[in-house]
Amino acid sequence: MPRYFTDEHEWIDVDGDTATVGITDYAQSQLGDIVFVELPQVGSAVAKGKDAAVVESVKAASDVYAPITGEVTEANGALEDDPALVNSSPEDGGWFFKLTISDKSELEGLMDAAAYKSFCDSL
Amino acid sequence: MSDNTESEYETGPDALPLDGWHRARGARMVPFAGYEMPIQYEGIVAEHQWTREHAGLFDVSHMGQLMVTGTGAAAALEALLPGAIATLKPGRIRYSLLLNEDGGILDDLMITNVTPAGDENGGEPAYYLVVNGATKWDDIAHLREHLPDEITLTHLEDRALLALQGPEAAAVLDTLVPGVAGELVFMQGTSREWRGAALGIGRSGYTGEDGFELSYPADRVEELADALLADTRVRPIGLGARDSLRLEAGLPLYGHDMDESVDPVTADLTFALTKNRREAGGWMGHGPVARVLAEGPKQKRIGLTLEGRLPAREGAEVFAGDAKVGRVTSGGFSPTLGHPIAMATVDTAHTKDGSALSVDVRGKRLAATVAPMPFVPHNYYRGEK
Repeated sequence: MPRYFTDEHEWIDVDGDTATVGITDYAQSQLGDIVFVELPQVGSAVAKGKDAAVVESVKAASDVYAPITGEVTEANGALEDDPALVNSSPEDGGWFFKLTISDKSELEGLMDAAAYKSFCDSL
Repeated sequence: MSDNTESEYETGPDALPLDGWHRARGARMVPFAGYEMPIQYEGIVAEHQWTREHAGLFDVSHMGQLMVTGTGAAAALEALLPGAIATLKPGRIRYSLLLNEDGGILDDLMITNVTPAGDENGGEPAYYLVVNGATKWDDIAHLREHLPDEITLTHLEDRALLALQGPEAAAVLDTLVPGVAGELVFMQGTSREWRGAALGIGRSGYTGEDGFELSYPADRVEELADALLADTRVRPIGLGARDSLRLEAGLPLYGHDMDESVDPVTADLTFALTKNRREAGGWMGHGPVARVLAEGPKQKRIGLTLEGRLPAREGAEVFAGDAKVGRVTSGGFSPTLGHPIAMATVDTAHTKDGSALSVDVRGKRLAATVAPMPFVPHNYYRGEK
């Protein structure tokens, strides 16, 4: 299952016509203690590069963008009870939402793990 | 993901005396009040809790340290501050405000009477002021304009300021400066020599905990920071936890919970208007403030507790039913209480403790209740009972 990364520090796992989205370990470490995650409604449409979720840390609110366009099919209910899961398991149990993939070509231009790592190292 | 860190300085921010010290300890630095400042080290919640349980070391060297000296200094300051300064005894600290002619708050500050003992008439009057970093240059200009020529205003730019806060702060400081903790209670200050330089010590702070603010020469302050941090009860704490701690303590933040457009009554800082001076006047802004006192404020700063986990931040609108009645001036998640808290300025009709209000956050109406402050009880040391 290929995983891609955005320069806004989201990750996206592609599985056929659907994908799972979360924020990276780098992102959670920058945000600090996360106290609330506002997830998109199931059935809502999200557009590549547009707001899809909001992460509230102790410090501030930060937008999370959709890496690709699609329709939300599931939101991670575990984050409602335990938002700190994004800190402890950002790239696994702390996923944000799943969506359908409208246009696979939107995946082109996203980074793979190696490219993302060197991107973070350059920051 | 985006993180909107404000950057409003045309020239780059300055470095604090302890800049390298912070970076070496893993601090993430952000621009604040014209300086590069540590927002956090290990994490805001961990630092917050450490301060509530042990002792946190804060670098607040961005704040302005001013000295006002000369015969008649108290009277000169009383013309600008609404608090009683003439009756402030040597070694006592008072919270006060700088007001403009309209009664708007230019800044809030701590003033200590540091007049030396001297002869039987006392030494030359001297008052030490600590003002906010973001406003210090305006404060200095304001004071220079309005203080009489025979009063000297000195900006102590060569001094750094550290705050040691938390229930173990007194025991820690006592190992460096033996006996000093037993000599001071909350809102008292003194001066000692430490390793050959003057160390100003005030038992006050901005966390709601017992603690001290320590003024020491900037070129020597690393020694002091190292000596304090060598104690395992002490950890460095960043601005992030400073903000969450002061919010829990119900302490307002200048530029957010009050500013030039807000008078002290509306800001719920009437306690800073010394009682006999409320009527007697003789301080800048008295006329407009006296009118608000007589008529009652239209709005007032209050505390709000919110249900759930979604914080309401500065700027969020506050509602009573469908009517907009105010706005949040600062808000966040309380690590101690485990739910969001906020300060808001709302119409006076809705300021009673227990009033049910709601706050709009991105189109959602969050239930909020007017709550007394502090949200977390103060833990000041007022002497053995």
